[in-house]
Amino acid sequence: MIPSYDRATLEELLDGRLPWPEVHGIMSAFKDPDRFDKMLEIHQARMGWSDRILLPYGEHLYIVETADGRRIVKCACGQELGDYRSNWKLDALVRVRSTRAEIEELYPKMMAATAGWMELREFICPGCKTLLEVEAVPPGYPIVFDFQPDLEAFYAEWLGRPLPPVSRGSGG
Amino acid sequence: MNQPLAAASAPAKTAGWDGRSLRQMLADSEAAFAATGRCFGVERLELKESDPIRFEKLFSRLRGSLVNARETSLNISASPIVKELGELCFALYGPEGDSITLSTGILVHVHTMSEAIKYMLRSDYEENPGINDGDIFVNNDPHIGNVHTADVQTLVPIYWAGEVVGWAGGVTHVMDIGSNTPGSNAVGPTTRYEDGLYLPCMKCGTNDRLFQDHVRRCERAVRTPMYWSLDEKTRLAGCHMIRAAVQALIREEGIATYKRFIREVLEDSRRTFVERVKQLLIPGRYEAPAFIDAQFAAEARLPAESRKDILMHAPMRLTIGATGRLDVDFEGAGKWGLHSFNCTPSAMAGALWVALTQTVMPNDKVNDGAHFATGLHCPKGSWVNPEVSTTAHSNAWYYLVPSFGGMFRALSRAFYARGYVEEVNAGYGHDGNILQGGGIDHHGNQSAVSNFEMSCIGGGAGIIRDGLDHASVMWNPEGDMGDVESWELVEPLLYLGRSVKPNSSGPGRRRGGAGYECMRMLWHTATYDLQFVGDGAVFAYPGIFGGYPGASGYRFAIKNNDLKAIFERRAPYPTADRNADGRQATDLVKGDVILDKRATDLPAAFREYDLYLSFMRGGPGLGDPLLRPAESVATDLEEGIVTAAFAERTYGAVVGEDGAIDGAKTEARRRALREDRAAKAMPVRDWLAKERETRVLARDLSAPVIDMYRSSMRVSPAWAKRYRDFWRLPEEFEF
Repeated sequence: MIPSYDRATLEELLDGRLPWPEVHGIMSAFKDPDRFDKMLEIHQARMGWSDRILLPYGEHLYIVETADGRRIVKCACGQELGDYRSNWKLDALVRVRSTRAEIEELYPKMMAATAGWMELREFICPGCKTLLEVEAVPPGYPIVFDFQPDLEAFYAEWLGRPLPPVSRGSGG
Repeated sequence: MNQPLAAASAPAKTAGWDGRSLRQMLADSEAAFAATGRCFGVERLELKESDPIRFEKLFSRLRGSLVNARETSLNISASPIVKELGELCFALYGPEGDSITLSTGILVHVHTMSEAIKYMLRSDYEENPGINDGDIFVNNDPHIGNVHTADVQTLVPIYWAGEVVGWAGGVTHVMDIGSNTPGSNAVGPTTRYEDGLYLPCMKCGTNDRLFQDHVRRCERAVRTPMYWSLDEKTRLAGCHMIRAAVQALIREEGIATYKRFIREVLEDSRRTFVERVKQLLIPGRYEAPAFIDAQFAAEARLPAESRKDILMHAPMRLTIGATGRLDVDFEGAGKWGLHSFNCTPSAMAGALWVALTQTVMPNDKVNDGAHFATGLHCPKGSWVNPEVSTTAHSNAWYYLVPSFGGMFRALSRAFYARGYVEEVNAGYGHDGNILQGGGIDHHGNQSAVSNFEMSCIGGGAGIIRDGLDHASVMWNPEGDMGDVESWELVEPLLYLGRSVKPNSSGPGRRRGGAGYECMRMLWHTATYDLQFVGDGAVFAYPGIFGGYPGASGYRFAIKNNDLKAIFERRAPYPTADRNADGRQATDLVKGDVILDKRATDLPAAFREYDLYLSFMRGGPGLGDPLLRPAESVATDLEEGIVTAAFAERTYGAVVGEDGAIDGAKTEARRRALREDRAAKAMPVRDWLAKERETRVLARDLSAPVIDMYRSSMRVSPAWAKRYRDFWRLPEEFEF
């Protein structure tokens, strides 16, 4: 039997408030095929802006279509982080912990990475100052482009409906 | 004697179907897949469509018989690694070597054994040494189908009416494989010739009995012959149970049905996998590089050419196509090396498979069908595909496990986007420390130990929950740390304590699972060689969505100490190293202290009463730690998962004089940390411009990091171009 969950259940699930036995049941069952649309509605209703969400991209981040027809990464706080086809991190702030003292603020000395071998790059939303992603990479490593979705294929071929047309000036 | 040649050499008796050889069957199967994109070219699932309940029952019976074989046969083993921790698994294969179903356990080998069977078929084993009813084969060669030499496989053909209708395979992780340093994850080997006992797909028995020469050879080649022998009997008993179960099923259902079933079930699983990819994930490209260190520059016991600090680079890229095909690419991985951490494509394929079984296809028919729907690119000449066969692989897991850590993060981004937040998992912690070594044990016997407590490291955080504390490990989702008493039976070390390791879990809104630590003391042995194996200079497993990595590891021991006198005085002794500074022990015990970040070393002599700390790592976190509910931090404090100092520095949670979290001060502290965070940050584009000049162009990088870039750029011109393009470097730029 293919399940489907009501909005209240999914809101509780998203917020981590659903009791574990129910979560376990959801995890063990076949997946509910209408989840994407329902979760999208939940996210959309929670935002203080009206740009249409095309894809939840990460905690606090969304790929949206703006009123003037741009498809960008946007933070829940409203901060825009550039075209979704380029790496949103380029439009963020970064704090790099590359010295021993900076890394040891977060980890006991013996349990910290060794400065020179690795640094922590904290990507921060310029709007709300939320920490959005942390890279743990050697110095000199290119910024990682974590996720570059193929939105067109996803909508047209997997969801069976075209990506909503760019709605210039429609308000989304 | 003068008969014509053709008459004299009557057609060789073949064990394949319809008069074909097994090799021909494999070739036909591969041709059918290449031509149609479907397993065996199966178009209609006739059996499934005509009688779906029967189809499911057939699968369930086979699956049940494999789980039964595992749960029964592991009782033959005396090794805690197998018996308690379950480091074994069984699988049933079709005649060409594709897995039909499997037991629980160390699932990575379900696919590696498949490659071993195919190797035998491609190498004409049917002709020489023959593949007969009752034959037994053994394999542990990663260049054929394995991860490392200590994972030993037993393979038994299943006959019905003169034809091979399948194979039963079983694998156990043995305690020692006779490498040049003791233990099953030996770090000493630098070439194949030090890896220990190699059994490259050898016939080791006939008429259901092991050859005596094989048994004796192996027992004389490893440091733990009794455990070896019982492990081999475990594998063989399980394989024979599977064979009996398959033959019973055929008797009841008929051979035609069985043959049809094993074709359809693979194609069914392939289709199901593609459907699940489309149902659960998002097409696109995902990047998740990983790194791990080995600090060997000062390791005088290694050959001169191996004495260097090395940083492994696993630049994993996952591409999910519009068709639902999933491709994993390691282009840019550095060169193979004179160390024990090299992997083969077979090992990487096994790891991909085990990662998928825990993520995309955990609750349907798990078999090689998924393998047919995925691609894996292992660049030649890199550590994931050495172009020479002389490389050492005894501790291949050390590179392999972190290299697939990113797989979980990549898939989690898709799960999150798709709305399946319950599946999001930041990955797992590093599967170390491995307490490992050998010598004369407390029973007076030659021995080797590889403690497997690292099969219970901290799990990754999720959207809806924290990571599981000291729970499991990537390569065995049923991980178990084993009873203290069991380890004390096989290791000449007592447990002075086993406890949660504070500050080991990766900080985050949802924290990573906590690691744990064991304070061990050498006992009833004059001298015993021990080593540490784990990450030290790096965080090998990053967090996700603003979560941090789990803590890195370290090395702590107190040798030549006064514990004997402390016990005689009945004075307090140390049970942990809670603050990771050695003080909890050094305040009580005097001796020669080793406390550093060189967390992978080579075995060195320990004596009775010497202390050895084994720290199992925590998992990575998820989300901004400043958003972690204060009451969750309070629980962490109560459970010893975080200390007050780090609760304040990492989570901004301020503990009041009454020991409880002070709400107002916490709010203020979090505001201050957020402001501090912004004040110390800069726009990424500005940082990149500065970094390009002062770091990359100036080559202001440490030696192991420069070595890593140089190696990746030389092995992979494509990755070199990617690197130069990112930093806008001149075409001739190199490290």
